[in-house]
Amino acid sequence: MAKITLDALKHSYYPNPQREEDWALKRLTLEWADGGAYALLGPSGCGKTTLLNLISGLLHPTEGRILFNDRDVTLASPEERNIAQVFQFPVIYDTMTVYDNLAFPLRNRGVAEPEVDKRVREIAHMLELDAMLKSRAAGLTADGKQKISLGRGLVRSDVNVIMFDEPLTVIDPHLKWVLRSKLKELHRRISRTMIYVTHDQTEALTFADQVVVMNNGEVVQTGTPVELFERPMHTFVGHFIGSPGMNVLTCEVKDGQASVEGYPVETVNAAEYKGDARRLELGVRPEFVTLASSGIPANIVKVADAGRFRIVEARARDRSIKLLVPEGRPIPEGEVHLAFDPRHTQVYEDGWMVGARR
Amino acid sequence: MRKRYLIPLIYIIFLMLPIYWLVNMSFKTTNEILGGFTLYPHQLTLSNYVTIFTDPSWYMGYVNSITYVVMNTVLSVLVALPAAYAFSRYRFLGDKHLFFWLLSNRMAPAAVFALPFLQLYSAVGLFDTHLAVALAHTLFNIPLAVWILEGFMSGVPKELDETAYVDGYPFWKFFIRIFIPTIAAGIGVAAFFCFMFSWVELLLAKTLTAVAAKPIAAAMTKTASTSGYELGLLAAAGVLTIVPGAFVIYFVRNYIAKGFALGRV
Amino acid sequence: MNKTFDNRAWWLVVPVFLMVAFNALIPLMTVVNFSVQESFGDNVFFWSGVRWFEQVLNSERFHAALLRQIIFTALVLLIEVPLGLAIALAMPRKGPWVSVCLVLMALPLLIPWNVVGAMWNIFALPDIGFLGKLINSLGIHYNYTRQPLGAWFTTVLMDVWHWTSLVVLLCYAGLVSIPDAYYQAAKVDGARPWAVFRYIQLPKLKHVLTIAILLRFMDSFMIYTEVVVLTGGGPGNSTTFLSIDLVKMALGQFDLGPAAAMSIVYFLIILLASWLFYTLMMRNEAR
Repeated sequence: MAKITLDALKHSYYPNPQREEDWALKRLTLEWADGGAYALLGPSGCGKTTLLNLISGLLHPTEGRILFNDRDVTLASPEERNIAQVFQFPVIYDTMTVYDNLAFPLRNRGVAEPEVDKRVREIAHMLELDAMLKSRAAGLTADGKQKISLGRGLVRSDVNVIMFDEPLTVIDPHLKWVLRSKLKELHRRISRTMIYVTHDQTEALTFADQVVVMNNGEVVQTGTPVELFERPMHTFVGHFIGSPGMNVLTCEVKDGQASVEGYPVETVNAAEYKGDARRLELGVRPEFVTLASSGIPANIVKVADAGRFRIVEARARDRSIKLLVPEGRPIPEGEVHLAFDPRHTQVYEDGWMVGARR
Repeated sequence: MRKRYLIPLIYIIFLMLPIYWLVNMSFKTTNEILGGFTLYPHQLTLSNYVTIFTDPSWYMGYVNSITYVVMNTVLSVLVALPAAYAFSRYRFLGDKHLFFWLLSNRMAPAAVFALPFLQLYSAVGLFDTHLAVALAHTLFNIPLAVWILEGFMSGVPKELDETAYVDGYPFWKFFIRIFIPTIAAGIGVAAFFCFMFSWVELLLAKTLTAVAAKPIAAAMTKTASTSGYELGLLAAAGVLTIVPGAFVIYFVRNYIAKGFALGRV
Repeated sequence: MNKTFDNRAWWLVVPVFLMVAFNALIPLMTVVNFSVQESFGDNVFFWSGVRWFEQVLNSERFHAALLRQIIFTALVLLIEVPLGLAIALAMPRKGPWVSVCLVLMALPLLIPWNVVGAMWNIFALPDIGFLGKLINSLGIHYNYTRQPLGAWFTTVLMDVWHWTSLVVLLCYAGLVSIPDAYYQAAKVDGARPWAVFRYIQLPKLKHVLTIAILLRFMDSFMIYTEVVVLTGGGPGNSTTFLSIDLVKMALGQFDLGPAAAMSIVYFLIILLASWLFYTLMMRNEAR
């Protein structure tokens, strides 16, 4: 088990990266504590799988260092790093039984047979595979196969880190939930560092203690699920996390006071604005917008029922603003006024939250 | 890691040696060939090639070969297309038996069919025509084309067909305008294999022709017998039979591996 | 894929059916006809029952040709399949050299078969051929036109030269279709190269290897042109394989009855062996 440090890591798939977009991963510095559950969250092509393969040693970074417990492993092979990885699509050894599949990583490392047997049975029990240990792995269903993949990742007791690369993509929705809680439970049970890569916010937020949000090859924010929700450091995080995503409205800031369409809006951080942004935006989540007697005038254009609350889409001049109205609360016809919760309304300059710029 | 590349390298050298020897010989004079052992032509001559390109009994051989090979390729792929579509999309009475019967023709030794073919094509008055050879070669090329195309077509989701029918396309319009462009790579691979097997086959081609449609490969056999021991000429003719093949492979190089991977036994 | 049952699909198959039937059924009927009749010329035929079959099956000439054929095919398969597999495994997977390798390797497959024979005929000549000269200069007396062993060596080497690439291409196609994740998982699982071969590559190659063995079996069992041009079946009858023997009988001596009977036996042997091999492989798969 190990603490993982990524020091100024950069990677490009081209031999001579010239332009900014040649980099699949743009300068990344991170530290992950031993035994934590982390998620790498971002849209497809944001560089999260690249980062994962750099950590596992399947790729070597163009620049920067990777440390496991302060030991430099930047150029070490996956085997030397002693890590486990579960891939997006189930990888099983077709000709072997389920038992042999699970035993494979241990036997390759010369673990004694009694110990192998003990570990395999333990893991098979955790994953509820006991009944099919003797059957051929090739005959299993997709989720059964993925359980084997997970099992091979978990079976070794000495790994530094276990990595999951979108492991639930091929699993049916109702089983996704089961496997996810299983993983969470396993993490608590064996308390090993786990890194979970996904583009699904629900998976990331339910699995991880710390979520790293990536976009375009860089980390936009690291934080607990609550932090990501309540204080997105970047409009991208606001959009990407939460459903529906954060409202982002162009705004003006004059003398520490933000305003939208000429209406003043109280915010957390407008006072810190220095006044050199090319683009100024105000971000507020639909959860923190309410219908009020005064504020920004708007017309309601659409109401969608989402169970415990309704998603209301209002239009103020030509901007669309979404808000959540709890069940049972009446929604007035015609013109309404919108109020933003000052504790959860932030100003962003060029995408980044004012005052938090790196 | 690099050391293992020695294996393909040595293999390729082994492959190229006899070809080099043929090329080497084709540029030598008969005197030099019979005079002794030389690793490269000391008296470089183009006369062998000049002979082939000026003597119609030589160059017409190429024209004949290419004519029936192209006829065969077009014919095989054209009739195989609808059949492969049927096998990949529908179940019908006797479909599996038919498929295996087709493939079993690939296992028929040409030597078995040589004489019956001669009788058959003489009886229908096609002896010594390009069409006869082209038709005879469909015996093994149609099954092959059906097999390859079926593999490619099975990789195209059925939803494509269904969407087109919902959009109101009649079958033939859909087949020509949408489906054929979709499997263009497969058609290329099938055509390549048809071309290849028709080009290299000689026993049937020779049996079914006499003068008018005589293939180049058969023209080569006359050198040794009639015009004495003209090895240089023979070598030049041989080199020229490699050229069309090399040309065709170069164009389909990116599909070769793919074409081999598809299809089921 | 779920296929719908529709007998109208037959209309799509009719052209293929007619063409192959014309080419396969009529000649096959001719062969069957010959095999059960006796001819004294002038297209006069008499029913002769299974006499020709008895004659062929009991003739030493057929036994000898069949034995030579089996040894040849076995040798060719034993050399070409492992060699082709090894070369495919050693080939680079990515980069500009892949195309170069594939094009060069495919080249022998596109050379007309008699040119292959002629090329090797020249290449192996002891006086003016590179191979013949090379072997003789090593102090080994080699002349394939005189020595049966030399003729066999040359014939097998020629076939290896001609057809190993087919196995290479098939195996290579199978190898590149294995997803990268398998290799990555094996790396992470700490598998040695042998384990990667045994548990990932070999199982995934089973399908293409089946095709390769079947094709090589069928084609080597039918070999004719290359050998005729190279050795003419000689010296003596030492490289007279089944097809060569058959053509000698049918076109050379016009012994149509025995030749037809032999054709049928020959065809049946290939069909039976292919079918046996195929069902064995598939049953293994199902288990």
